[in-house]
Amino acid sequence: MSQENPAIRLHDFHGGLVLAPHKAVSLEVPLASAGLAERVYVPIGQHQGQAGELLVAPGDRVLAGQALTASDDDFEVPAHAPCSGTVAGLCERPASHPPGSRRRCIEILADGRDEWVAPIPLSDWAQRRPAEIVDHLHAMGLVGLGGAMFPTAAKLRGPWGAIHTLILNGAECEPWISCDETLMRSRPEAVIRGGRILAAAVAAERVIIALEDDMEGLAATLGKAVAEQDSGPAMAIVEVPAVYPQGGERQLIETLTGLQVPSNGLPQDIGLLCHNVATAAAACDAVEHGRPLTERIVTVTGPGVQRPCNLRAAVGTPIAHLIAAAGGYREEVTRLVLGGPMSGTALASDEVIVTKGSHCVLALTDRELAPGPEPMPCINCGDCVAACPASLMPQLLFRALAADRHEQARELSLLECIECGCCADVCPSHIPLVDYYRHGKARLRLSDLDHRRAALARRRFEAREQRLTRQQAERKARRRARAERLQKTEVAQDEIQAAIARAKAKKRTGD
Amino acid sequence: MQFSTAGAPHRTPTNRVDRVMRQVLYALLPGILAHWLVFGLGIFFQIGLAVGFALLLEWLMLRLRQRPVRPFLTDYSVVVTAVLFALCMPPLAPWWVAATGMLFAVVIAKQLYGGLGFNLFNPTMVGVAAVIIAFPIELSQWLAPRSLSPGLPGVWDTARAVLTGQTAHLDWDAITRATPLDLLRSGTIEGLRIPEIQQDPVFSRFGAQGWDWIVLGYLAGGLWLWSRGVIRWQAPMGVILTTLIVSGVVWLSGLDVHPSPSLQLFAGSLMLAAFFIVTDPVSGSATPRGRLIFGTGVALITLAIRHWGGFPDGVAFAVLLMNMFVPLIDRYTQPRVYGVAR
Repeated sequence: MSQENPAIRLHDFHGGLVLAPHKAVSLEVPLASAGLAERVYVPIGQHQGQAGELLVAPGDRVLAGQALTASDDDFEVPAHAPCSGTVAGLCERPASHPPGSRRRCIEILADGRDEWVAPIPLSDWAQRRPAEIVDHLHAMGLVGLGGAMFPTAAKLRGPWGAIHTLILNGAECEPWISCDETLMRSRPEAVIRGGRILAAAVAAERVIIALEDDMEGLAATLGKAVAEQDSGPAMAIVEVPAVYPQGGERQLIETLTGLQVPSNGLPQDIGLLCHNVATAAAACDAVEHGRPLTERIVTVTGPGVQRPCNLRAAVGTPIAHLIAAAGGYREEVTRLVLGGPMSGTALASDEVIVTKGSHCVLALTDRELAPGPEPMPCINCGDCVAACPASLMPQLLFRALAADRHEQARELSLLECIECGCCADVCPSHIPLVDYYRHGKARLRLSDLDHRRAALARRRFEAREQRLTRQQAERKARRRARAERLQKTEVAQDEIQAAIARAKAKKRTGD
Repeated sequence: MQFSTAGAPHRTPTNRVDRVMRQVLYALLPGILAHWLVFGLGIFFQIGLAVGFALLLEWLMLRLRQRPVRPFLTDYSVVVTAVLFALCMPPLAPWWVAATGMLFAVVIAKQLYGGLGFNLFNPTMVGVAAVIIAFPIELSQWLAPRSLSPGLPGVWDTARAVLTGQTAHLDWDAITRATPLDLLRSGTIEGLRIPEIQQDPVFSRFGAQGWDWIVLGYLAGGLWLWSRGVIRWQAPMGVILTTLIVSGVVWLSGLDVHPSPSLQLFAGSLMLAAFFIVTDPVSGSATPRGRLIFGTGVALITLAIRHWGGFPDGVAFAVLLMNMFVPLIDRYTQPRVYGVAR
């Protein structure tokens, strides 16, 4: 079919860094399964949405693929059992983010039989309305697998205008991470077919699959898979420069189209939609095979693990189990990172579980993370300005935040910071810039909340004042009316007589 | 297993302040070498004195301000300040010139403003401006370049002149010579035309005897710094292009009364300023466009001082004046943030 490649002209995005990839170590070994842990802890309410309605109770036997929660809300993505076994109960497990937090999970004791529920594919999806495809993806528990876990249905169904282009993001730009490349090499047809399904769900006219130019031979592999499709939208495979953070949605869009996503808008506002390649493959599984999203590929790598590799891991598996599957720790691990070295989260414990957004577990040792010298003052060198993909002035932001001038930081567009870490990586003074920005953003959000609360309180206060004045005026008016009435003596006499009669009557009944 | 946590990124940055400063020092080597070949050993005495005073004063101030001494003495920033200052001094300038210059540069311009990263004014230029005003005589006594000298002073003669201020042991009139910019200035005041002034053997085809080599040394070092990404092109290009364009137009409007662009660029300290002074990150502009404006302003003010002002060169004053505008420039030249409409 149509692999007409109307030569997509690439554009540059500002800043970014060329980083040593470190991907080969985990790509050398073939994709394997991590195997099932004895107990899995399926997070509920892991996405932005709430948990939805619980469908199981402790003691229930569940089959692999069985829905554990359900909801009609696009933001409440259902969770599914990754294995057959018994529900042990609800529990709280350490979560990666925010540090030290805990997350509600359903604990399942795996029985090792791996019995599946009957699959419910949507085989005739090409004939279905887009809304039906989106409903199905929601029911199968799809979220964005690039890391942010944004509910796929909510991204497909929104108040925006027509989407003309679907971008499949395979630009895996952070060092060490290779799960998307592994997926595209091992299941190219699933990515392509998933891309068609997602395109159909928004009626997009064309699909662009973006890879990095250092993923050797992958474009040809995917091209073959595209050629095998016999219908569907135009599909173009584009190799983009391997520059961090190329895989950032906004950077990738600028590279491919030359357009910038409006600062407080979404790609959908300019007719584009971006999905991770792994999300596309999961959409293919969900629609064509009726398989809900219960596992993902996780890169387990770094100098701190024995056998760096890519593993298929069930959602809910403790990270310690993945480390064991990769041969265990090697040397003294100084930091365990969920995600990549540039933007990942340092884990306090390997008891944290794999979620749908966990793409990489990186074990670092002293060699990569030598305890550096104390930060020096900022010398205004501007290396951070040159590196910033959002075209911010990181050193001015730092100076504002270090002096607690948060509103000045807001004026310097602190909220446009994507926390990619490029500035901190090039800083000759070794200032932990991203920490300052995270903290500053949190402070701004808090002060916004305070402002909203204050405004609300003021409105309430004003409403109350109004009500009180009104009531007082009404009371005054009533009193005046009564006074006027009393001055007309006849009426007054009548009323006095009536009051006396009432009092007498009361006294009688009292006796 | 439990692990310690920290914010991303989880990498040790590769660059360091002391590395940046050391690269600037390496880039000054060709200029220093040329200086030695043209004017003799004096430059090493000047560098030694300036660096010595600078380190001493920096140490003293860090102690007084109760700041950690080691990281700030070993970041080489004060060494860069001192070496740049030394390169602006006459080879036989007496020791108190360096002492006064470093007092203003290190104590007043740098430490009293908060130390590394907080100075509003370029410390080197504060020091240079102070000694230009304080020691006009000492600063005007340059050695004749090797090609015009009966013999450059040796180690002992140089040491005696620099460390005592005595010059009786030297054939002073034979070995000193006015600088090209001094000659230009005094010549034009006397009403001489440029070709008449350039009769003086100190002038060369496109600049001045010996001075050209030093300026070429700065240019080479500056280009190396640029190629290593230590400095960016905007500020140096602002200085060089503005000098060429403005003095070029003026020159063409009156060949006999205005010095040529190449003389402007090769006979004074504009080239040193272009690559090593206006590129000072701390006291310069932080935005790409701001750097261009900063360099342009320095060149314009320098040319204005050379033409109308009371000093033959004027780079130091130009830089200090532009330092005052940096907050304003930074405010109005910020890059457009991603996704934000202009």
